[in-house]
Amino acid sequence: MSLRATRRRRQASFRWAVVGMIGLFFALPIFGMVEFTTRAPGGGRTLDTWATLLDFGAMDENYPELKAGLVASAGLTVLTVVIMLVMLVPTMTWVRLRLPGMRRLVEFVCLLPLTIPAIVLVVGLAPVYAWVAYFLGESSLWLAFAYVVLVLPYAYRALDAGLSAIDVKTLAEAARSLGAGWPTVMWRVILPNVRTAVLSASFLSVALVLGEFTIASLFSRDNLQVAINQLGHRDTSVAVAAALAALVLAFILLFAMSFVGARRRTHRPKES
Amino acid sequence: MRPTGPRLLAEHPNTRAPNGRKPLGALLGLLPFLAYTTTFLLVPTLIVVVGAFLDGNSRPTLGNLSALAQPQIVSAFIHSTVLSAVTAVLGAVFGALLAYAVSTAREGGLLRRLVTSLCGVLAQFGGVTLAFAFGATVGFEGFVTLWLKKYGIDLAGSTWLFEPYKGLVLVYTYFQIPLMLIVFLPAVEGLRPQWREAAESLGGSTWHYWRHVAGPILAPSFIGAMLLLFTNAFSAYATAKALISQGSPIIPLQIGGTLSSEVILGQENVGKAMALGMVAIVAVVMTIYVVLQRRTTKWLGS
Repeated sequence: MSLRATRRRRQASFRWAVVGMIGLFFALPIFGMVEFTTRAPGGGRTLDTWATLLDFGAMDENYPELKAGLVASAGLTVLTVVIMLVMLVPTMTWVRLRLPGMRRLVEFVCLLPLTIPAIVLVVGLAPVYAWVAYFLGESSLWLAFAYVVLVLPYAYRALDAGLSAIDVKTLAEAARSLGAGWPTVMWRVILPNVRTAVLSASFLSVALVLGEFTIASLFSRDNLQVAINQLGHRDTSVAVAAALAALVLAFILLFAMSFVGARRRTHRPKES
Repeated sequence: MRPTGPRLLAEHPNTRAPNGRKPLGALLGLLPFLAYTTTFLLVPTLIVVVGAFLDGNSRPTLGNLSALAQPQIVSAFIHSTVLSAVTAVLGAVFGALLAYAVSTAREGGLLRRLVTSLCGVLAQFGGVTLAFAFGATVGFEGFVTLWLKKYGIDLAGSTWLFEPYKGLVLVYTYFQIPLMLIVFLPAVEGLRPQWREAAESLGGSTWHYWRHVAGPILAPSFIGAMLLLFTNAFSAYATAKALISQGSPIIPLQIGGTLSSEVILGQENVGKAMALGMVAIVAVVMTIYVVLQRRTTKWLGS
């Protein structure tokens, strides 16, 4: 098929042209950060800024807010993913099994944050968080409650795609008829079958939480981005380096997770 | 509803309600989800909607809405709307191009994986990182600025980077394109090579294929994605906050200002009125989307 071969060649050159051009647009600011953080005072290049950033002891002493922000963001990431999964996976499975009539409602509620801008939610959340602080204390960790709402639409779509791909009802009935309780059904039957969807839902949540600034900043809580922004007022080079490091780390994390998901999927027939 | 396999088994009375639960009991399973979303999503929304019509002493008033007529708030609304619309279109066009280019690569290949992961990060990592990145590139001390200076072009002389229709368009497009790729790639992946071959075997050119086959199929998801991009830019706060140190040219910054600073007596709830205004604009855009989608469905059906 020479026609197909010609098209494939043409598609390949089109692909590289587009990826190259848009890639350049994306690479320039990233390169700008690298260039900025390696400037030496008199002109020329130095790795001093990066040496400072990697000297954890000194960083901890001179810029304690960065470590606090990093710890807070790590905790927020875990808590957000856990709440999101513990709430959504059983609810969505349950709706498919027992309450198909409620599916529209759950979908509507989950997609609602797409139409309500985050800044609007912040305005409304301020009184709610006054209560959260009253009952649970002022810890930054409780921001996770709001973050779950922000990731709801993305997580719902990912999980919905996963649950649609398997026959939830038959699987659950089969497990039940073999004497499994609901926790076993969830943990050992449904969850392993929607592993890829769970991973991609978590994947989006991790990226969102690590990059979140708005809510934390307006509620005067700590997280990574707030810390980096504060650092920017004191030492611009170190702040830019920290921002770039966070971006690269998040990218590596997401890239690695994309392999985990794919490998598990290809291995699944062997496991079962 | 998707047809499920062994329907008979699933709907057998003995297996339908193993614990003898009634539908009312089944509804209890929905309770945690409803309680959570009520507390952290519906209640905040109601606080905004109701609060927009209350004064500082919780008495009903229309004063907050009339306060929206202040020139700086009106111009912030216009800036935000135009900025979001322009970057939604730019992001959608370039993002769709990128999505199509990536979709022609091998599935599970390195390029596709690299681009999706990168876009996943860049779409969410707006804010501070982006402000720093553009500051280091075209800011006062940015390398492009310094480089252009050698050729007599002075970027540092003006505040173009902080202006809504210049710098912000550039910076916003930077996070709109990755988001477009993420939401639009699945739609482009749904295009089957067979359709192209069918079009070609009937003598259709590439233009015919895009005009009569791929275009109409992708149109609803394209418009839907563009709407998502609009609300994404419309509600973006972090990037502008980290970039702009003086003034609040866009509406999220105006709202943020009412939350973080002392407010004038009698204007306690103007922030809520502005928030309600944002919801109203999103609602208008959504309506346009629904109308457009109905059109395209009709067009596809005929």
